[in-house]
Amino acid sequence: MDTEKTMGQADMTSAKKSSTGITRRSLLKKMGIAGATAVATTAAGTVAANVSGENATEFGDAVGEFFQDHYQKMSKQEIEEALARLERQYKRKYGVEVKVDNTPPQPNVLYGYALNISKCKGYRKCVDACVTENNQSRDPQVQFIRVLEMNKGSMNLEESDHYYNPELVPQEGKFYLPVQCMQCENPPCVNACPTKATWKEPDGIVAIDYNWCIGCRYCMTACPYWARHFNWSEPEIPQEEINPVTHYLGNRPRPKGVVEKCYFCVQRTRKDQQPACQEACPTGARVFGNLLDPKSEIRYILENKTVFRLKEDLGTEPKFWYFTD
Amino acid sequence: MAGLFSFVMDFIRIALRGDKLYYGWMATLTGLILVGIACYIQQFDQGLIVTGMSDQVSWGTYIANFVFLVGAAAAAVMLVIPSYIFHDDDFKHVVLLAEGLAVAACVMCMLFVTVDLGRPDRFWHIIPLIGQFNFPISMLAWDVVVIAGYLLLNLTIPFYILFTRYKGGDPDMRIYFPGVMLSILWAISIHTVTAFLLSSNVARPFWHTAILGPRFLASAFCAGPAFFLLTLQVIKKYTTFPIKITIFRRLSIIVTAALQINLFLLLAEVFTEFYHQTQHAASAAYLFFGLGGKSALVPWIWTAIAMNVVAVIIMTIHPLRERIGFLSFACVLMVVGVWIEKGMGLIVPGFIPTPLGEIFEYTPTWIEIGISIGIWAIGLLIYTVLAKAAIGVEQGAIRMKTN
Repeated sequence: MDTEKTMGQADMTSAKKSSTGITRRSLLKKMGIAGATAVATTAAGTVAANVSGENATEFGDAVGEFFQDHYQKMSKQEIEEALARLERQYKRKYGVEVKVDNTPPQPNVLYGYALNISKCKGYRKCVDACVTENNQSRDPQVQFIRVLEMNKGSMNLEESDHYYNPELVPQEGKFYLPVQCMQCENPPCVNACPTKATWKEPDGIVAIDYNWCIGCRYCMTACPYWARHFNWSEPEIPQEEINPVTHYLGNRPRPKGVVEKCYFCVQRTRKDQQPACQEACPTGARVFGNLLDPKSEIRYILENKTVFRLKEDLGTEPKFWYFTD
Repeated sequence: MAGLFSFVMDFIRIALRGDKLYYGWMATLTGLILVGIACYIQQFDQGLIVTGMSDQVSWGTYIANFVFLVGAAAAAVMLVIPSYIFHDDDFKHVVLLAEGLAVAACVMCMLFVTVDLGRPDRFWHIIPLIGQFNFPISMLAWDVVVIAGYLLLNLTIPFYILFTRYKGGDPDMRIYFPGVMLSILWAISIHTVTAFLLSSNVARPFWHTAILGPRFLASAFCAGPAFFLLTLQVIKKYTTFPIKITIFRRLSIIVTAALQINLFLLLAEVFTEFYHQTQHAASAAYLFFGLGGKSALVPWIWTAIAMNVVAVIIMTIHPLRERIGFLSFACVLMVVGVWIEKGMGLIVPGFIPTPLGEIFEYTPTWIEIGISIGIWAIGLLIYTVLAKAAIGVEQGAIRMKTN
């Protein structure tokens, strides 16, 4: 992995600005809002004039959403408006006060994950914790982590069971291989995206702007780890199960028709918490940390254990390692 | 641009005029388009959940048809080269029709990609300068450029030629020749780029092969002209437009050579996959023989191969190929055979098994089929209108009135 390059990137803020982009977009947006005001006044009898304020209407927010720029192109103020708009929209849809924050990446941090497959017993506690933490659609159910039940003595994924459901795990003669987004240093999905809706953040997380994705699913075709999932219909989450602590690039509830995937719990990890899957694991198989910190546990594992990565031959440089005791 | 308005009006007038059969045909197409629109409204409302696609098989009928039609669009070049480069008068006679077919195919390509989008409302995000265009890294961005460009070329060159004739003049070769040269290179590029769109995926061993580009071109140059040959038969039968038998003969030679090459490349592929079978051959094994008890595509691919083999036998035996009945039969076999092989037979098994080894099958839903039929009807409608108007101008039925 190219550590030096990544450290350099960590100094930059995630929201790069393009002055020309902003001017053009603000103009478009103003025109759109003016149009919206006219239509809303006549049709619905409501005024959508104060779109960014308290009195913003559903229609005004829809217009604002339509003209919202790419995450990396938005100014600070535009991002603030986008976050407030999302919070209003979630309130309307779920009846919950959801907080959408935009915590930037920390300097000199590059996240990595290591998983001890001799400790993993296939309980799938990580899968459940992930769904709850990350506001994934319950119906149809979207899961970021897939635990494969593998035959001992083989790494052949095609012989794995994705839907194992015995009375007791672990089963005789089996071992368990959890797979999720590897946050590759050389991610094929990022190259595939025609609209730059997915990119690598300075802390190594491969993020998606759910408001920019057009839903072509080319990234799903490109991913060798089957880490990317699509919202085939309007995601449904029961009101009482909404996690109100969210991040724009992370666990905020997703719209219909866009791709999503694991982002190392960006809403937690950028605030020095562990990912939900790490906390939920009852066997302590999961180790998450900063690859740039020589004293971190993950660095200890990489330096002292025999590790491997999945499909390393594809040159994707995953930041997710497997190891054994 | 004097006379442009009357040209457009005459163009529309001739497209709306016809006998009972013509009205029947256009009414049928319109009906099918309405069915497609009704299906699409449902998909737009509920999301792509109404299709048979899944996280496992995330592309299906839409992209399969898209890939096939890129080939059909590229096939026009097989008439453009002899017409404009070698000045073959027989080919020149029908080349505008081939370009009309290319226009229709390009429009269908764009529609198939659009209906596949989860967020068609965000279409502007992919438009260069307004949105964020991931060029030149994303192969999908390349595909947008080459298909839009090819559509433009196939609209402007025939427009210039027809409009000049409409005004009673002779098209100036110095004006259209650079465009023709560009469109020849462009035709090769649209299919190469579409092949690269798939073969660039390290995650999908079934596509990740250098032979995919050559295979695409070979199959395009047999199925495309074969389809065009069939439409010429229809035009010959129902209009007074004279189409010489030499056109059929020459086109059938092109088709035969392309089909033979296509089958050879398929053989090369199958040999390499199966001589020493690796895990990377799992998709091919699924396609040809079934895998893990799942075998939905097996009857399809063997039907396609049987069709192509029968077609190549007919086409290779000279006396058989000379007979119009046999030729048409072989063309139908080729079009359907390549459509299966390159559409469903190429796109769907790329996803089976998944990169994590799961074998999950795909069956299109009626909504998907309805939308696809609607798009085909739009394409045929465009081709019919363009062909009818082009024939009208060529035969002198419409000319600018000179005072």
